[in-house]
Amino acid sequence: MAHSAINVFLEGNNISRIIGGLWTSVWIAAVSLVLGLALGTILGVLRTLPNKVIRFVLRLYLEFFRIVPTIVLLYLAYYILPRTFHVNWPASWMAVLAFTLWVAAEFSDIVRGAIESVPKSQRESGLALGLNKMQLFRYVLLPQAAKLELPATINLATRVIKTTSLLMMISIMDVVAVGQQIIEANNQQYPNAVFWVYGLIFILYFIIDYPLSAWSKRLTAKHSR
Amino acid sequence: MNWQIIDQSLPIFAKAFQLTCWLSLVGIIGSIIVGIISSLIQYFKVPILSQIFTAYVELARNTPLLIQLFFLYYAFPVLGLKMSAETCGIIGLIFLGGAYMAEGFTGGFNGVNTSQINSGKALGMNDLQLAHYVVFPQGFALSMPALAANIIFLIKETSIFSVIAIPELTNTALDLIGMYYRSNEYLFVLVVAYAIIMIPVILILSYLEKRVRYGSFGN
Repeated sequence: MAHSAINVFLEGNNISRIIGGLWTSVWIAAVSLVLGLALGTILGVLRTLPNKVIRFVLRLYLEFFRIVPTIVLLYLAYYILPRTFHVNWPASWMAVLAFTLWVAAEFSDIVRGAIESVPKSQRESGLALGLNKMQLFRYVLLPQAAKLELPATINLATRVIKTTSLLMMISIMDVVAVGQQIIEANNQQYPNAVFWVYGLIFILYFIIDYPLSAWSKRLTAKHSR
Repeated sequence: MNWQIIDQSLPIFAKAFQLTCWLSLVGIIGSIIVGIISSLIQYFKVPILSQIFTAYVELARNTPLLIQLFFLYYAFPVLGLKMSAETCGIIGLIFLGGAYMAEGFTGGFNGVNTSQINSGKALGMNDLQLAHYVVFPQGFALSMPALAANIIFLIKETSIFSVIAIPELTNTALDLIGMYYRSNEYLFVLVVAYAIIMIPVILILSYLEKRVRYGSFGN
């Protein structure tokens, strides 16, 4: 009976375990976003500089992350770091590393695009006021670029949050992995639990991501008007 | 890095490569069809249907493909609907991709300059004529960047099919790693395989994007 299987959430501490799993997903997404946006800003600024070598290297970096699926990035961090470089971090930090580099790559492109679309007169006015290069970026270009890049940044954040669903693939106890355990443990008593548990996780992701993407959409609509 | 091991694994990867290409192709074509239907319904504000499709687009875009696949593959059989892993994969990919495509096309239609629409009205066009001669040709051109981004995104999303044991590239690499413990070699082949698929696709799409940019009018 479908309606009785919902009781699976009341068994033991299932609800608090799901919330715990969700917390794992959320902190990994949050830390990766903060680090990735910081690194991505630096890389994005570097990509607007005239130095050809830097631009070429950073372009390669970006293209690598555009080509390789995120799930493969997770495996690369998970298998290659410990075996080849003898780095023995917990899996969650491997995930943070992979996500951070991915976010930085994508964000560097957003930052570069935004800086390049700040009107030329702004850059020239800044230089005319005697600002040096650092000041020009700090006070003129980056603040204006930040406004332009906000919708794309929020979209990137929603993608990072959705991608945390892959964490269980490198044996992190995220919300999906907890859900699987609950389903397996209660399979005898609640054969329909699979429906409710995945349904709940589906809704949880929607509750986190929908407001963000609605916000981004509203900002985009405002810009184009 | 042991080249002999790579060499031995190539026939297995070749099969997986074909499967990834095939699943991507079906997923992309299906997504474009669903996306066009959905964006047309939203554009013409067909009563009831347009609300349903708006809800669909939001639901599919704001949830991970992995959960959508788990739902199709593990939860639907409980309700009496059993499908093969590949069917689930394709349905899931089209469910997700259709929403992304719909969003892209809708963005293109909405981006058409109002002066263009007003000019059409001034020429005495009715709504259907406006849509056919003014909004769609320009709207599709405007949605080209989104279409290109979505195609790249969908090809990469096929890697998530590995969670429901479809033997595409990522799943194959994981299987081999599990059997022979040669992670460096197999991950290397995996990355190269994705590069072989993605680099031509990215180049072709950016070429098309540049060509289509001349298709916009006004301004």
